Amino acid sequence: MSRPKIRMADHSIDARRLLCPMPVIRLQGAVSKAISGETIEIVCTDPGTRSDIPAWCRVHQHEIVDQREIEDEFRFIVLKS
Amino acid sequence: MTDSTPKAVSLISGGLDSMLATRVIMDQGVHVEGINFFTGFCVEGHTHAIRKHDQKKQKRNNALWVAEQLGIKLHIIDIVEEYKSVLLNPRHGYGANLNPCLDCKIFMVNKAREWMAENAFDFIITGEVIGQRPKSQKRKTMPIIAEESGADDRLLRPLCAHYLPETLPERKGWVERDKLFGFTGRSRKPQMNLARDMGLEDYAQPAGGCCFLTDASYSAKLADMWQNRGEKTYDLDDIMLLKVGRHLRPRPHFKMIIAREDGENRYLEGYRKQFTHMFATSHPGAFALVEGTEFSAQDADLAARVLARFGKGRDAETVTVKIVPQNGVAHEITVPPMPENEISRDWYV
Repeated sequence: MSRPKIRMADHSIDARRLLCPMPVIRLQGAVSKAISGETIEIVCTDPGTRSDIPAWCRVHQHEIVDQREIEDEFRFIVLKS
Repeated sequence: MTDSTPKAVSLISGGLDSMLATRVIMDQGVHVEGINFFTGFCVEGHTHAIRKHDQKKQKRNNALWVAEQLGIKLHIIDIVEEYKSVLLNPRHGYGANLNPCLDCKIFMVNKAREWMAENAFDFIITGEVIGQRPKSQKRKTMPIIAEESGADDRLLRPLCAHYLPETLPERKGWVERDKLFGFTGRSRKPQMNLARDMGLEDYAQPAGGCCFLTDASYSAKLADMWQNRGEKTYDLDDIMLLKVGRHLRPRPHFKMIIAREDGENRYLEGYRKQFTHMFATSHPGAFALVEGTEFSAQDADLAARVLARFGKGRDAETVTVKIVPQNGVAHEITVPPMPENEISRDWYV
């Protein structure tokens, strides 16, 4: 069975090696500059982002439209509400 | 929320007090949003995030978790650069370690005041309790924080408001003073009882430290770094590295940061372009960064022997160590591991 196709995002953030809460702060900054309906991809290595990125999205009512773990990286695509 | 609904910004640390203070004000019909400041010194599970054997431990940002429990937005603000002025020159001095708690609180309330003004909010909430903390939460420091932050009577401490003068939100009728509290002292019982009454059963450990600067071991490493640089400066990488590995200073002019396990090895390897670094090639073992102004061949020999002590080759006759100078040519040397009793306790920072 083929892997689900990886979505392309409107904006991209490389948050590898950053420890929480820096990935969340980077995402917060990118979301504030994006317009409603745009997507932001963030790639992280801190395992804490598995809970923190979704939590931040929930409290600000943004949607995670794609989330996957590839080796030691955590990749999210967030849709700005 | 209507246009006339009062709006408050709450300093959310992730602990119980700020959670309760926020909920007390939300229950009075005020629209509340949270703000949380990242200084770089915040205890946010960085050690767990780095260390491989801790990777499966549940990790969460407590401030975000609190915001989600309360159903409020949380704005996390990076103040790493601006915070330097607080830590390097605290007007009110340090606490037991390098913790400038009173200046820190003044700074954060001031930042919240700026945020309040920019976002058309009306007042600020903190979870402060008189007598809770020896440096910053005393009866005499409460007015200092309000005054020096510029927040003045727009700063409301719901948990100890009965011991403080009436604030603007109370005078305006946005909140009822009778529904605020008069908690004092170090006991956590009143807060725990209030949490129970509010149906809050899960919260971060009460009175847990939330800042590395209150930690004696961390402060000693920071002081050592400043002393050996000859000036009080730092950047985010410096303060993160102080949280990782064993720090040994075998000679006054250089320090080694030696990984304790695979996760730390990988983390320190990320700094290999910025530091002289070394690792054993003949045996599995630790990766180490070397920080210092000079690093002679004699120093390299000493450092290699120390490093060999912390790897699988510790009992071998010799261990081969690759040394990669920051601005030089990599080379290998073969050394006998240093016997444990020759590694002076004084070398540990």
